[in-house]
Amino acid sequence: MAAVLALTAVGLNLVFGVMRVVNVAHGEFFMLGAIGAWFVTHYLPVPAAMAWIAALVIAPLAVGAIAALADVTVLKRLKYDPEATIVATIGLLYIFQQAALSFYGPDARPVAPPFHLRLQLPWFGYSGYKLFVVVAAAVILLGVWLLMTRTRAGLVMRATQVDRDTARNFGIDVDRVYAGTFALGAALAAAAAVLIVPIQQAHYLMGHDPLLLSFIVVIIGGLGSLRGTLVAALVIGLSDGVISMFFSPTLAKIIATLAVALVLVFRPQGLFGAKE
Amino acid sequence: MSGGARIWALHLALVAMLFAALFVLPTYHATNLARIMVLAVFAMGYNLAFGYTGLLSLGHAMFFAAGMFAMGLPVWHWGLGGGPALLLGLVAGGAMAGAVGLLALRTAGVSFMIVTLMFAQAGYLTILYFGQVTGGDEGFVVDAAARRLFGFDLSSDVPRYLAALALFAAAMAGCLWLVRSPFGRVMVAMRENEERSRMLGYDPFRVKLAALVISGVYAGAAGAAYGLLFGYVGGSFATIQYSILPMLYVLLGGAGTVLGPFLGALLMFYLIDITSGFTSAWLFFVGAALVLLILFAPKGILGTIRERGARWLP
Repeated sequence: MAAVLALTAVGLNLVFGVMRVVNVAHGEFFMLGAIGAWFVTHYLPVPAAMAWIAALVIAPLAVGAIAALADVTVLKRLKYDPEATIVATIGLLYIFQQAALSFYGPDARPVAPPFHLRLQLPWFGYSGYKLFVVVAAAVILLGVWLLMTRTRAGLVMRATQVDRDTARNFGIDVDRVYAGTFALGAALAAAAAVLIVPIQQAHYLMGHDPLLLSFIVVIIGGLGSLRGTLVAALVIGLSDGVISMFFSPTLAKIIATLAVALVLVFRPQGLFGAKE
Repeated sequence: MSGGARIWALHLALVAMLFAALFVLPTYHATNLARIMVLAVFAMGYNLAFGYTGLLSLGHAMFFAAGMFAMGLPVWHWGLGGGPALLLGLVAGGAMAGAVGLLALRTAGVSFMIVTLMFAQAGYLTILYFGQVTGGDEGFVVDAAARRLFGFDLSSDVPRYLAALALFAAAMAGCLWLVRSPFGRVMVAMRENEERSRMLGYDPFRVKLAALVISGVYAGAAGAAYGLLFGYVGGSFATIQYSILPMLYVLLGGAGTVLGPFLGALLMFYLIDITSGFTSAWLFFVGAALVLLILFAPKGILGTIRERGARWLP
């Protein structure tokens, strides 16, 4: 699903672009979003559609809050040193995974989609919900784009991305920007998970594949370049399906990971990224 | 005592203590200790790359698994003996590290971490993909007939412990000699300031490649020995978790210290062992340990001790 992949990868890239932090725990924010959606829809005594919409609001907010907390308590103290933060986010990954396993359990559980609708085209049927996911993801991405380019918050974030120290000299509270960015990135992953969870099931290990794929997308698209990320997400999201049709999924993954490693070695700025 | 004699005395004392532990400890703990010593060799290799040369790799599971499978597959398919198989493991670990290093060392810092991570992931998936040959996720049991070295049966407790100790002692002596040699100093120079060492006439790429290959040989030796001593070879040893573990050991014990990896492996192994006695949430402790270490003691136990007084600690 290219649309959901784009959401997750944009979240990862936002964090990398603004904060220069490679967030290895990003896939776990995705997983927490899906599990949050399950909890909300399971315990909220309202119809399925309402509960799902509630989940789409609550889960990203909750995950964003967790991320902000992680940023303030851990990452900030490391002064965002790139290598130390990777080690720390690996630690966070284990903590989140274990928390999900302890409180949610090892089972995969389904979440009911908000509506069942099948579009019957003359030559094939198509699940209406999947189309809705694409539209919803596009709307959220548009929102992110507007936020980054048209609002003061976006301006502040971009200013911090360009030069942290100068931004601080202009009176920008860099710590708050970082916490906000980290929360926003995590919330995007969570939102993507809520969108996908009626199609996939919620599972405590589900963060692995989105992490790997969004890494691939971000690297191919160029670290820190949101437009490249979008293009790459579409290309990879679609080609992943195509490759899997011809080869086994494992072989597809081997080829993809090796390709990414080689891209990083020979074109570190990404295929679409501009040279710095 | 002069510095050199004091250092060698300290390390010999550790080996002697480990030898004595065989006669004191109950079998369960002796087996644990054998395991820890093999894992410590792995961590020592990791430390040579990360602690001394400053190469933060997330792909060492690949070298560990390369050694393990290079040892296990010939034994399984062609009935090769234990000794030659062990050597094959060493060579495979080093060769793999050399091949990866040739490509990955063109990058540095964060990119290096991601590239090694990706290569390791590809390696793991390759093992799964050729499941017919490698046993895939389930792995295979190493034939008892092959688990013999110089006539000793490695599947029984005492020879196994002694074999692990011999490997550990050899690895530690090699590590100690290496880091005190001129080349060891150059490795540290790469970690501290690559540009300046380049200006002094050293080729950073070659030094780092050599360090990574040595590190790979250590990891391969540990992998081969692990398979040989404990009789099991499996794809799970190639997962990212086995890249994280040596990092955890090294961070805990102290990066850039010779004894740090062993101390870290010992403490972490028993932390997991004890906590898994009363809770299944041991992953949580691994994660928490990583976060707390990087936050409060980035130099690890021995690194902190060295800073606070024992400056002679290698």
